[in-house]
Amino acid sequence: MSAPAGYTPYHPRWYRRRVSVWWWLESRSYAGFVLRELTSIFVAFFALVLLWQVRSLAQGPEAYSRFLARLQTPLFLALNGVALLFLLFHSVTWFNLAPTAMVVRLRGKRVPDLVIAGANYAAWVVLSAAVAAILLRG
Amino acid sequence: MPPTVSLAVARYRPEEESEPSVQTYEVPFRKDWVVLDALNYIKDKLDGSLSFRWSCRMGVCGSCGMTVNGQPRLTCASFLSAEPPGPIRVEPLRYFPVVRDLVVDITDFLTKLKKVKPWIVRQEEKPLAEGEYLQTPDQLDAYKQFSMCINCLLCYSACPIYGLEPTFIGPAAIALAQRYNQDSRDEGSAQRLEILSHHDGMWQCTFVGECTKACPKHVDPAGAIQQYKLTSATHWFKTLLPWGGR
Repeated sequence: MSAPAGYTPYHPRWYRRRVSVWWWLESRSYAGFVLRELTSIFVAFFALVLLWQVRSLAQGPEAYSRFLARLQTPLFLALNGVALLFLLFHSVTWFNLAPTAMVVRLRGKRVPDLVIAGANYAAWVVLSAAVAAILLRG
Repeated sequence: MPPTVSLAVARYRPEEESEPSVQTYEVPFRKDWVVLDALNYIKDKLDGSLSFRWSCRMGVCGSCGMTVNGQPRLTCASFLSAEPPGPIRVEPLRYFPVVRDLVVDITDFLTKLKKVKPWIVRQEEKPLAEGEYLQTPDQLDAYKQFSMCINCLLCYSACPIYGLEPTFIGPAAIALAQRYNQDSRDEGSAQRLEILSHHDGMWQCTFVGECTKACPKHVDPAGAIQQYKLTSATHWFKTLLPWGGR
């Protein structure tokens, strides 16, 4: 009686399909999602550059000019260019998703999605303009 | 010759084969037919051995969810005329074990659904003599969208996280937890938060957003999960405050 347990009406033999490693290439939205997740690496990259900048600032003017010179090398220009593209993708995709995650109710009515996304974009523009103003004046 | 359309249907007969195969059928092409009508035509006229689930034919029962041309859909709401030319691929819902042909086993979901206590939890029931629990239209509005779920599991089939992490409690179960959390008569949100803050709960979700796109009843499970995350995070921050308490 060592026959393997076969199919019987009381012992279903399920078929389970394995998820392919390339599942994220199956549709455009999956690929967009994975790309959005990858943008976190570039967010971290910008944060690290900022920390590096603060450190060299603390070390004095010589260290700071060394930092600036390093940033102007082709490698860093290219890296920063790519990182900027990913960060834009990051910001735009998350701003577009914001209305789904944030439900704001005013006088019992749900604030329309466009208003919430629009408010996020408006805050982005205002903050960017403020930063640009500070930088350009200095 | 009346026009016909071919359906490439996934077959799996566990007593005969160890892996699914594809069988192609030619069915009459009618403008008012949905994929489910074509499957029923096959079952009645061409091949009685084909197995699939269906019941209401009108997007209420949630039984006829399948993968049509690669997308999780209700077959009763997928018109033949809306599909691109060529054979229409009909496969079982993704990420669930296939029992036979187009029938999947949904025990996993049913177990998870029960975990989130999808019913009204009261600390103390009001005596009958005091009458019913009243609710304003605004209070109804707060959860009505989430209550439209028909458990068709298209959202699970659309969720790559569920495919990769089968222990994830999943979109519909969390949306249904939210349905009761948002209900003014319910007092069980603390119990549900306890369950859904665990590793397999809402934090597994990385907001792919496909569940919301797949949902035929516009429940927006992705929205429910993100809103729940916000509640959970706010709750956690409050416990950090000296006056917050637990």
